[in-house]
Order: sequence, then C-alpha cells, then structure tokens
Amino acid sequence: MLRLERRPTPSRLWTAATPVLAVIATMIAGGLLFALLGKPPVEAIRTIFWDPLFGQYASYSRPQLLVKAGPLILIAIGLSLGFRAQVWNIGAEGQYIMGALFGAAVGLAAYPADSVLLLPAMAVAGACGGFLWAMIPAILKTRFNTNEILVSLMLVYVAQHMMSAASFGLLRNPEGMGFPGSRNFQQYPAAFNGELIPGTGMHWGVVAAFCAVIGAYVLLSRHILGFQIRVAGEAPRAARFAGVSPALLTSVCLGISGALAGLAGLFEVTGPAGQITTDFASGYGFTAIIVAFLGRLNPFGILLAGLLMALTYIGGELAQLMLNLPAAAIQAFQGMLLFFLLAFDVLANFRLRLAKGARA
Amino acid sequence: MIGSIDPILLIASLMVASTPILLAALGELVVEKAGVLNLGVEGMMITGAIAGFIAAVETGSPFAGFVAAAAAGAALSLIFALLTQFLLSNQVATGLALTLFGIGFSALIGQGYTGIRPPATPRLDLGPLSDLPVIGPILFRHDPMVYVSLALVVAVGLFLRRSRAGLILRAVGESHDAAHALGYKVVRIRILAILFGGACAGLGGAYLSLVRVPQWTEGMTAGAGWIALAIVVFASWRPGRVLAGAYLFGGVTVLQLNLQAAGVAIPVQYLSMAPYLITILVLVVISADRSRAALNAPAALGKSFHASS
Amino acid sequence: MNRRTLLKGSAAALAAVGLARPALAQEPLKIGFIYVGPIGDLGWSFQHDQGRLAVEEEFGDRVETVYLESVPEGADAERAMTQMALQGCKLIFATSFGYMDPVINVAAKFPDVMFEHATGYKRADNVATYDARFYEGRAVMGTIAGRMTKSNKIGYIGSFPIPEVIQGINSTFIHARKVNPEVEISVVWAYTWFDPAKEADAAKALIEQGVDVILAHTDSTAPLAEAAKTEGVIGFGQASDMLDFAPSPRVSAIVDNWAPYYIDRVQKMLDGAWTSTATWGGIGEGEVQIGEITSAVPEEVKAEALALADAIAKKEYHPFTGPLNKQDGSAWLAEGETADDATLAGMNFFVEGISGDIPS
Repeated sequence: MLRLERRPTPSRLWTAATPVLAVIATMIAGGLLFALLGKPPVEAIRTIFWDPLFGQYASYSRPQLLVKAGPLILIAIGLSLGFRAQVWNIGAEGQYIMGALFGAAVGLAAYPADSVLLLPAMAVAGACGGFLWAMIPAILKTRFNTNEILVSLMLVYVAQHMMSAASFGLLRNPEGMGFPGSRNFQQYPAAFNGELIPGTGMHWGVVAAFCAVIGAYVLLSRHILGFQIRVAGEAPRAARFAGVSPALLTSVCLGISGALAGLAGLFEVTGPAGQITTDFASGYGFTAIIVAFLGRLNPFGILLAGLLMALTYIGGELAQLMLNLPAAAIQAFQGMLLFFLLAFDVLANFRLRLAKGARA
Repeated sequence: MIGSIDPILLIASLMVASTPILLAALGELVVEKAGVLNLGVEGMMITGAIAGFIAAVETGSPFAGFVAAAAAGAALSLIFALLTQFLLSNQVATGLALTLFGIGFSALIGQGYTGIRPPATPRLDLGPLSDLPVIGPILFRHDPMVYVSLALVVAVGLFLRRSRAGLILRAVGESHDAAHALGYKVVRIRILAILFGGACAGLGGAYLSLVRVPQWTEGMTAGAGWIALAIVVFASWRPGRVLAGAYLFGGVTVLQLNLQAAGVAIPVQYLSMAPYLITILVLVVISADRSRAALNAPAALGKSFHASS
Repeated sequence: MNRRTLLKGSAAALAAVGLARPALAQEPLKIGFIYVGPIGDLGWSFQHDQGRLAVEEEFGDRVETVYLESVPEGADAERAMTQMALQGCKLIFATSFGYMDPVINVAAKFPDVMFEHATGYKRADNVATYDARFYEGRAVMGTIAGRMTKSNKIGYIGSFPIPEVIQGINSTFIHARKVNPEVEISVVWAYTWFDPAKEADAAKALIEQGVDVILAHTDSTAPLAEAAKTEGVIGFGQASDMLDFAPSPRVSAIVDNWAPYYIDRVQKMLDGAWTSTATWGGIGEGEVQIGEITSAVPEEVKAEALALADAIAKKEYHPFTGPLNKQDGSAWLAEGETADDATLAGMNFFVEGISGDIPS
C-alpha cells in the first residue's frame, strides 16, 4: 500500500517537474481520446501544442497567446495573493464584469471625447468597479463573518444579470439598429485599447499582466505585506501574534484581486472584445482560478500556466479547423489536462512511501 | 391581470421546474456537510443528463435512465473524490475542472442523440387523490421523480439529524482532525458523500433531459448546477430549507414567466438577480449570529485533510 | 431613399470596379464557417451547418469546408476567422450577429478573402451580408394560429427584444387577427436563445394562461415537448423542422434554409463573380421554408396558409401592408402601403392590438 508523507518544504525538483509530467500524461490520454474519435492522435497533439508556437502561422498565433493569456494572468495574480492568505475569492468573474461595466460606462458617458486622459480614466474606473464589487464580500466577511467563497460566487450571477441589463438599457448603442450591446470601442479612438506595437498582441492589459507578475513577486519576496500574506496562510495563529490584522488582510487581498480583475475586464472590453454585450464574459474569471492553482500561486508559475491555458485554447481551435475535431473533444481534453496537473501536484508537497503495515 | 394566474397551477409547475436543482442541491448539501466543496455540480448534472438520456433511449425505460444517470454522476464525482481526497488537490480548482470536463465529455458522447424523443416518464397514478380540489393538482399529479426528490429531502434530513452515520458525517465536516482522532475514516466518509452528491446531481440532470425538457441538447443544463450551489448556501445547510430554496429559485423563474404571460410588465433582469441577493442576505443573517452559524456551516468546508500523524 | 436601394447601388458600383476574382480551377475552394453555438443545438447553428453540408454535396471535390463551433463573439471570433483566412479559406461565413465588428476587422486585413456575415448591417468590398425574412414565414404561422385557436389566445416566446423577433411577433399577430378578429397574443421574453428548461417553463406559463397555440423564437424543441403534454395545444417547429413532434403538437414549421444562398454564393466564387451584396431572402428565395402542414390542420386552413405563402413567395403580397397602426394608435402604413426594409430592420414597436410593452 502506498502512502503519502508530507514534505517539510515543497520539493523544488518536483515543483518544476510535475507540470511537465502532467502535460505528457495528458498527451497520452488525450491521444487515446482522439484515436477513439478516429482522428490521428499524434497529429492532433502536435496541432494543439506545437503549431501555435512553431507552426506555419505561428507569427500570428504567438501574439494571440498573449492576448488570450493576458486577462487570465492578470486576474490569477490577484487571486493568488488572496489564496495564499486563505482568502477565497472565487467571484473574479463578477469583478471582471463590473470592471468592464464601470470603465465602459465612463468611456461611453464621455462619448465622443477625444482626450489622451480618457483611457487612463476608464482604467481607474474599471479597477474601482472590480474593487468595489470585491469589497462586498470583504465587508460582509469582516463585519458579519460571512463566507467569502459563497458571497463572491453569488455576486457573479448578480453581475451577469447587470451586464445583460446594461447591454439592453443604459449602455446600449443608440446607433445599433435595435440590437443589444454598447458602442464598439474599436471605433472610438480615445477609448480604444489597441495593440501598442502592431503584430505583437501587446495591449495595455498584457502590459498590466506582466507588471502584476513582477509586482506580485516583489511584494511577496520583499515587502512586509507579502510577508504577512504568507504568514497568514501558513500559520494563522502566528500571524495574529505578529500583529497581522485578519480583517485588514482580508480586505486588502479581496481588494487587490477585485481591482486587478476589474482592470482585466476593462482592458478586454476596450480592446479585444470591443463592446459590452450579453455574451461579454466568457469565463475568464473562473478559468483564472484554475490558472492560479496550476501556477502554484507563484507569480512566474501563473505566467506560465496562463500561457499554457491560452495554448490549449488556440491549439484546440486549430485542431478543430484542421482535423475537424469537435469543440467538445477539446473541452474534455482541457478538463483532462487540468485533472493531471492537479493530480501530479501532490508530488511536490508529499513523498510517496511504501507503507509497512502497522509498524509505519 | 395578475388575477389570471392560477396559483394552484403555478405551485404545481414550480415544483416540476425546481426538481432538478432540488436533487442536485440535496446531494451537494451532504457533500458540504462532510466538509467538501465540490463546484463541479454543473458538470455532473450534464453528464447525468446525457447518460440518463442514452440509457432511457436504448432500453426504452425511463427508470433505467435515472439509474444510469445516478451511476454516471457518481462516476464523474469519483474523479473529484480521488483527486481531492487521495491526491489532496485544491477542491475549488478541481471542481471547476470537473465542470469543464463534464460539459465537454457529455457533448462528445451525446453527439448521436440530438433530436431524439426519449420514452415518456408516466405520471404516477394516485387514483382519487389526484382529483382532490386544490391539493390534488399540487401534490398528486406528478411524475415519480418529484416524489423521489421530496422523499430524499426527508431522508437526508433524518439521516443528518437522527442517524449515527449522519452524526459522524457532520463531525467529519466540522473538524476532520478531531474525527480522525476519534478513529473515524475521514477520507472514506468523504468519498461516500461525494459519490452521493454526484449521484444526486446526475438524477437532477436526467430529470431535465427525460422529463422537464425532454430532449438532449449540448449544454442543456444552462447553469442549473451553479444555482444548486447557491441553494445550499441559501438553505444554510439544512435539508428542509433546501426544499424552500429550490422552490424559491425555481419559483422566481416560473413566476416571472407567468407574470409576463399574464401581461404584467416586469424588469426581468432585476427580478432574476433577486434570489442571489436574498441568498447573500440570508448568509449575512446566519453568519452574524455566531452561535447559530456554528450549528450549520461546516467548519472544515473546502479544507483538505491529510492524516499526518 | 431607403436602405435597400442604397445598398444595391453601392454593390453595383463595387462590381463595376471589378472586385470579382476568379478562383483557381485546380485547387478546391476552401470555405470556412463559424458558428456561435454547437452544431448539435438543433436550431440556429445546426441549420447553418446543414447549409455547409449542402454546399459539400453540391460541389463535391471542387470545395473543401472547415468549421469552428461554439465560438464566442468578440476577440475569439476575430482570432478564429483570422486562423481560417491564414489556413487558406477564401470564403468565410460568419453566422451570428455578434461577429459583425470582428468580420469587418478581419476582412480589412485579408482583402483577398471574401466574407459573408449573417444578420448584420456592416459591409465592405469583401464583406457581404445576408439574412432571412423570417417574418414572411411567421405570417403563414399566424394564419394557421388564428384559425386553429379555440381559446383565441396565442402565445409567443421571444428570445430578446430585437428587431428580428419584433418583426416576427407583429407579423404573427397581424395575420392571426386577419382571420380571427378575437385573437389575443401573449408575449414572454425568455432572454436567451437557448435554455431548454426555461423555454419549457415559458411554454407552460403560456398554456396555463389559456394559450392553445405556441410560437417560439428560441431554438430548442422544449416548447413543443411542453405543448405535447397538454391536449389541444399546438405549436410550430422553429429553425429546424422538428418533425419528431408531428403531426401534433407540431402542425407546421418555419425552417431556416441557408442551403440555396450558400450554394449560390459558392457558385459565384467559383465563377469569379462574387460581389459584396446585401441579401434578405424570404420564402420566394427558399431561405425561409414552410415545414409540411400536418393532418392536424383542416384542409381549408392548410389551403389558405399555402395560398398566403405562395402570394408572399411571388411578391404579390407583403406581410406588412397597410392600413396598419402602431401600438399607440398612431398611423404607420396607409391603405395599400408596404413597409420599407429600413423600418423593418430597425423595428422597435408593436402594431396596434398587441398589449404589453417591449422591454428596453
């Protein structure tokens, strides 16, 4: 019988090796799945993992990886700070939506403004939107001891309904021929978050994501707040003796993650998505939770996890196009990848030991 | 205009509309009482919906369909159980992955089953009871699964409150370390709870594809699993209140559609938010009173357990 | 000057400039389709995919088709279409309204690739638009509904309050009233294109209000399945034929038939005669088909309905012919006057006799 024995500290070797193992395992299991569907397994795997990076049209798909990964990374970085401190914000999707709504509302209220300050003002509004939405679970948690997992999740649904109401009402494009949805920011230069250098996929949201990665790394390794976050997560009692206020820490963690999610929403709506519609939110906020864990709550890990996630989206699309794989197969494949990544994670924190009966 | 809505029919139809989320929420309640948060309800529901549909179509028996749905939901939840209980993966992330996988997997195996009519699930014939005024249409004219869901509410309630096994389950959910110290098999108990939750979610899904819609289409649960999660919280982890919560959530949808049908102008989006806001309010009320909160919310919810001693 | 003649003029001008490009004879023409839902939805996306299959059938080796299903509107759609263009697609059908701005963006980058956008209103040299006059089919359904109802109450499940749906409701009601002055219509907005459980609930709510004819503008068969549970209630297939529910409750159907349009456009590409056009076809063009009227409908009603369909097909009759007033009683169309396409495309009012407001 195998048994697990907790390592005193997570193994560095295994922390690095497990994602590789998991990807290999997924390739094998996914290959079997594709073979069952009557598709060439090796070609399918190559199309998903290789072609977007080094294939014929990689010069297009590589920047697209950044576009897809940007919001995931930005949100996941914020979430990871909270997760480290045992503050469970799983409502990033709602904060992402509210950020987009707040920011878009500022931009659309000023229409047709032509000021270089507009986009920054919208970014501030977006961050505020996400921040305020995250403050609801924070205040309820600190005041009434309400579970933040559940409140933040409930607020996702409220935000989704608000977005639907906004795209039919307040933010609806007056020139939209009666269709739901706001004006398109791509045709509103002062508010448009376009590519900074053409052909690179870099827009302000991606820049913000990279800044967040570095910022989080510095925060966690150098700053007192980062220390408090880590202590609160690893040894809550010790943290209290060290003078960390749990209420303040909860608010700070939720606030940062909400603001970053809101920022991600704003940059997405003013850039790649272009407009507020009923279908604007495509689950980035939930996917980012997975990204945070895949990245083991480490800033650089999250960067890689976000890019890997984006790779499966874009590669999956290519596989659909070139091999006629159904979209459902790609979704199941992504699910499998996540299962393997989560499963192999155990090796970083535990040692596998052969149990020797009662003597152990 | 509102007067044209028949309250008796309204109640009867909200019971049917609420049955899928009631079943799924009851399962999740037991899972959470054991201290496990499984966010994969949506994935398990839709897997149950297609598994039940396939079994019912292939055998011609809705009963076989429901059995298969429960088995499929439980099978999918087993992945979650293995990952979170043996490999100690994070429950939130694993649950989300389970939903992603379940939606894709169900669409994949359901490809040959779109556009088929499943065998009809007959209404239970309760003879003269069905003809009783008022309570006849409300209580005695449903299909068997409505009664199964109601019986399950009672059964889960009795199990958690009165039985020894229920007591142990709650103990595990409160403090796995203490339960472990007392010699209970924390992991085994949690796995059983997760399987039960999966089976219930599967049943709820099959109720959608076999009775309520009845049809298989990709993505047909359309968020019902997430509502089930909300209901558990709304109910503050009590089976009786799960029933009330499911009927409230199902009822708001049915009511707003009925109001529209009766010609009453209502702001649909704002009304649709209401149950979630009420849920938050309920959470605040029960959490603010710490002595009562302790009785309901499982203290070890969402935390991994590893017997390190 | 109405929108249609304007468009025709500009299209002719474009053709004159010589935008037609002959395709290479030896290589198959590669055609891409992007769908907003899964092709297994049995509704909107399913019918477009039927059109794709019809193209394959018609042209055999001369074409090669690829598709992407469940593509969210916004950034993902833009990437999906770019990938298609890079993979060598020369003609791309984008089959949802929300793809409008992405289509325009991608089309600007690939002037050699022709785009066809369903239900939109933005065009370019290499972007054509197409839509179907579903309201023509609704006129036929309305006639059957008016004749068949015993309670004089018909119900309409609307998806979203957008012009296409409002046209359908008005057309249904006008023609039901024409044959049955007592008839009333109840409208329920489901705020979804696709949620079988909710659609079933909506149908049920209508039936409980005494409605005995149900029309749905949402895409699943759930309303028909619900109608089947109550004796005497009938309904119609929507988007696809839904023959599983014939002869009753499904007494007829309004079928989106994209095949003739797709075949025509592909033929034009092969001939090098493709130009940017705005097509709005109806029963006459074969884009809207009336599904078989079953034995549950009396012969004389069937004959009347078919005669109406025939008159519409031959352009002898326009479903929106005056005298017609708007809901508030103000005059809309004078005796014998027909609605122009621009008004229809932006329709945001009910006609006189319908109670209830369009939500905004």
